[in-house]
Amino acid sequence: MKMTLDWLKEHLETSASVHDVVATLNRIGHEVEGVENPADKLKGFRVARVLTAEKHPQADKLQVLTVDTGDGGAPLTVVCGAPNARAGLVGVLGLPGAVVPANGMELKVAAVRGVESNGMMCSSRELELGDDHDGIIELPADAPVGTSFADYSGAGDPVIDISITPNRQDCMGVRGIARDLAAAGLGTLKPLAVPTIIGEVAPATEIRTDDPEGCPAFYGRTISGVANGTAPEWMRRRLEAVGQRSISALVDISNYVMFDLGRPSHIYDRAKLTGRLVARRAKNGETVTALNGKDYTLTDTMTVIADDIGVHDIAGIMGGEHSGCSETTSDVLIEVAYFTPERIALTGQALALTSDARSRFERGVDPAFLDDATAIVTAHVLAICGGTPSAVTRAGTPPAEVKTVDYDPTLSATLGGIAIAPERQQGILTALGFTIIEQGGRWQVAVPSWRRDIDGAPDLVEEVTRITGFDAIASVPLPRTDGVAKPTATAEQMLERRVRRAAAAAGFHEAVTWSFISDRDAAPFGGGDWSLANPISEDLKVMRPSLLPGLLAAAQRNQNRGADSIRLFEIGRRYLADAEHPTLAVLMAGDKRARGWQAGKAAPFDAFDAKAVALALLDAAGAPADRLQVMEAVAEGSIWHPGQSATLRLGPKAVLAEFGALHPLLTRHFDVDGPVMAVQIFLDAIPAKRASGPARAAFTPPALQSVRRDFAFLAPTSLTAAELVRAIRGADKAAIVDARLFDRFTGQGVPEGQVSLAVEVELQPVEKSFTDAELKAIADKVVAAAAKVGAELRG
Amino acid sequence: MSDIQATQTRLVDDIIAASDLDTLEALRVAALGKAGSITALLKSLGAMTPDERQAQGPQIHALREAVTTALADRKAALDAAALDIKLAAEAIDMTLPADAAPKGSVHPVSQVMDELAEIFADMGFAVATGPEIEDDWRNFTALNIPETHPARAMHDTFYFPEVGEGAAQRMLLRTHTSPVQIRTMMSQEPPIRIIAPGRVYRSDSDATHTPMFHQVEGLVIDRGIHMGHLKWTLETFLKAYFERDDIVLRLRPSYFPFTEPSAEVDVGYKQEKGRRIVGGHGDDDGHAWMELLGSGMVNRRVIANCGLDPDEWQGFAFGVGVDRLAMLKYGMDDLRAFFDGDLRWLAHYGFGALSVPTLSGGISA
Repeated sequence: MKMTLDWLKEHLETSASVHDVVATLNRIGHEVEGVENPADKLKGFRVARVLTAEKHPQADKLQVLTVDTGDGGAPLTVVCGAPNARAGLVGVLGLPGAVVPANGMELKVAAVRGVESNGMMCSSRELELGDDHDGIIELPADAPVGTSFADYSGAGDPVIDISITPNRQDCMGVRGIARDLAAAGLGTLKPLAVPTIIGEVAPATEIRTDDPEGCPAFYGRTISGVANGTAPEWMRRRLEAVGQRSISALVDISNYVMFDLGRPSHIYDRAKLTGRLVARRAKNGETVTALNGKDYTLTDTMTVIADDIGVHDIAGIMGGEHSGCSETTSDVLIEVAYFTPERIALTGQALALTSDARSRFERGVDPAFLDDATAIVTAHVLAICGGTPSAVTRAGTPPAEVKTVDYDPTLSATLGGIAIAPERQQGILTALGFTIIEQGGRWQVAVPSWRRDIDGAPDLVEEVTRITGFDAIASVPLPRTDGVAKPTATAEQMLERRVRRAAAAAGFHEAVTWSFISDRDAAPFGGGDWSLANPISEDLKVMRPSLLPGLLAAAQRNQNRGADSIRLFEIGRRYLADAEHPTLAVLMAGDKRARGWQAGKAAPFDAFDAKAVALALLDAAGAPADRLQVMEAVAEGSIWHPGQSATLRLGPKAVLAEFGALHPLLTRHFDVDGPVMAVQIFLDAIPAKRASGPARAAFTPPALQSVRRDFAFLAPTSLTAAELVRAIRGADKAAIVDARLFDRFTGQGVPEGQVSLAVEVELQPVEKSFTDAELKAIADKVVAAAAKVGAELRG
Repeated sequence: MSDIQATQTRLVDDIIAASDLDTLEALRVAALGKAGSITALLKSLGAMTPDERQAQGPQIHALREAVTTALADRKAALDAAALDIKLAAEAIDMTLPADAAPKGSVHPVSQVMDELAEIFADMGFAVATGPEIEDDWRNFTALNIPETHPARAMHDTFYFPEVGEGAAQRMLLRTHTSPVQIRTMMSQEPPIRIIAPGRVYRSDSDATHTPMFHQVEGLVIDRGIHMGHLKWTLETFLKAYFERDDIVLRLRPSYFPFTEPSAEVDVGYKQEKGRRIVGGHGDDDGHAWMELLGSGMVNRRVIANCGLDPDEWQGFAFGVGVDRLAMLKYGMDDLRAFFDGDLRWLAHYGFGALSVPTLSGGISA
């Protein structure tokens, strides 16, 4: 909300400067978003008198003036093209350095056709004071030469732009702000002059409310014989200063009262009304063309003002175009109503229609200020447009019951953190319009009708502390528990922190990508379970079912920027129908290793890089790495390469991770070049470690050295490495501590359909070294176990 | 000079002059081999009389000793020379590049969240989380923002489609981390001290706003908590976070439906080389105030909505943008870049895996 300093002083007796007003507003909770001083634009322009005017020797249409600038110095030579420039004229001179408001041009000393000009005599248009550009400004002959033009013209009225918080409807008018400033000690609130209007006749239009729920009170008066010209200059200037275009006297009056007193009203042209004017519910499907020229279709939850023929006003939000006032308007009806805030809010939301009236009504205007507002609007109309007023019809009753709050003044300290003497609190509250009845240390505080926001003691604490100033709050340490700070992170948080830093340590960059993706990008992942009803765009619509789309899109952007090795990861949530699942995803694309003088060509990532990362991160996460089984992928063929992807599970159901090469159709969908490897780790599927205290299980390194034996087998290609190794490990659980596949070979010497697999087996003697016989026995068991899964020892 | 001495001089000279290992070996065989000259002398000792042996023995043994030593010394010298030549041949241009281990990074948002967790842990605050897909009640109603409240217009909310008549709650993307306050107060007995960092969403997009961003919420519920505790907590937190003792806060009265009284908190800063440097009093020369966070005493209605007795429990809450905290401390100037995944940006603004913020090592590790 904007106001000017001069306007404020209409309500506040004060000598405070703009700076003081702004500082105080900020201090008491009205954040000043900006101050615009029109005088700033007129800096360097001053009142000056033309002493002589002679024809320019080189140009017919120019004159060479000598100008008295009033500073006692020699007159300045100024070249001027205005036909009205003449000796004796008092006008406005722009000095070198001044910036012409209309075009932003900085004035300089410059030769004009060979004659040096030391400034410019200005037209109204150049100073943005009007459209006149036929000649230079002519001021009265007694205008004080040498005065700054800003001071002389009174244009120096600063505009203050204030962000009014939604609870303070009362400050959506200049008077409310003045009251707050007065309470803060910046001056005295002037009494509001309420004229007495005697209407001899009954209103010419009958008014009524048929919707007491939406419109509890509808006051109205008609005025006949008005002339709707332009509003007086002081009113137009104030409205324009706060950004309100002047339209006509009647419209300006209604707007002026709204910005002045926070009280919207509506003025109808009676010539456009037929029969009675009634506040009622709209009929479903009823339409109205509003003052903004747009058509609105209404429903029966909305309150309207209508005559016998149709709707003329979306109550409390915007008037209808048809019955608005025009220059030919001669008979009017003034509506001053009270609309139920909740109803206005819902109607405004449903119609997506904002207006200055709505923002006031939906926050709740002063329900005790209908009669006075009617009188004030009427008085303006009579003064500006003339006419004969009727009596006032009061249909319905506004909800004006007085609220009382039980208050203990010690709360300013125990809640607000500032000890304020009760007398001072009383003074503040009284200045804000509260009345206090004291009863044994506690106060019964009656809330003024315009403060709908106050409904409890903490609200009063806010009133007394904000007017005192939050600067007075002294910092008080929170009580600290004994000892060093206790750990606070939960197991899930520690898990995320560990895997995040493990992934970064492994050479991956952490990205944060959008939680929402497009339908198109969600589709390959089976689509999303959550789609926004009002997305900001189609690209940010579906809550991601996987972290991979975001990383693929990031990879694509990086490739476009020329990145040739992409290692990204993200930790975030997947949004599924049942819940949000914390997940870690890793993406690898492009070169695993750049070309080099040692290794030669660049090497791409492969599926085993993804596996290594998956295992390393699961290990960092504390998953039981030795119990993990590699099994087939879950998602059938859609996102993963069908032959180069797998899952890591604890048993058939508990999938902890999936990894491998992404399906080429998927990478093509995201326009990412080359094979792409990926990992998704389902963090919430990792079983929590049982808390067992810091001590480790007892352990002494074996005294005897372990023994290694190599075995080579021929096996059908269908036998997986994992099956063979598991069989071998199980051959002698006491002696075999490890088995590791170290060679895999097909081709020459290996029959078609078979594969040669070599396994290194590590045996650990416990009490004494193995004898040859014992080693032979273990080897036999290994060979037998391998044979069971179809692997024959190679001869 | 005896013959033996002469022999010794000759043999040692020959050994020193030997230019390669083959010559040296030939000399060794000639002197100490089975048919070598010194071997013959040693054998001759057996045929001597005790007196002769007394006289000749030490000389012969000394000869053998001297020649053996000379052979060993010369062999070592020749070996060293050979190794030098071999090593010289192995020389490589050591300015050639080595394969660099890939370097990863932690996103600034994660790093700052870790910093916040570390700072607040010292003040006794635990870290709480909640879902991002929230219901209407926890995001708005329980926080004293009824459906018709104009404050709802302050949040440009992303909604999910209504599930149909009689559905319990309209689901939406949380517009702030404040629903975690509600979840915490409903599930936990006071006293409560938590921070709740996480993703939040508003239907807003321009140079300084993204539809998704990060916030951290703070909540203290206890007996006898007032605005003074709030101010201390924010000061202490910001001094620790920015690692500056000259942080000055300005509390301004404001309005949030879920707090009463409410305060916006400004921090003093100055502009240096196009960057905002937090610190100093905002009214000092060259300084100004910048709005940093919203806060206040938790509204009695909110406490009651969570089933707690507002006459017994009171406390404060605050909320601040994590991305903004990161930008102010580490100097990024474009919020959109946070969510782009540009490897160059991540490498520049990200943090090393081992840069774990700790109180002993420093929050800005």
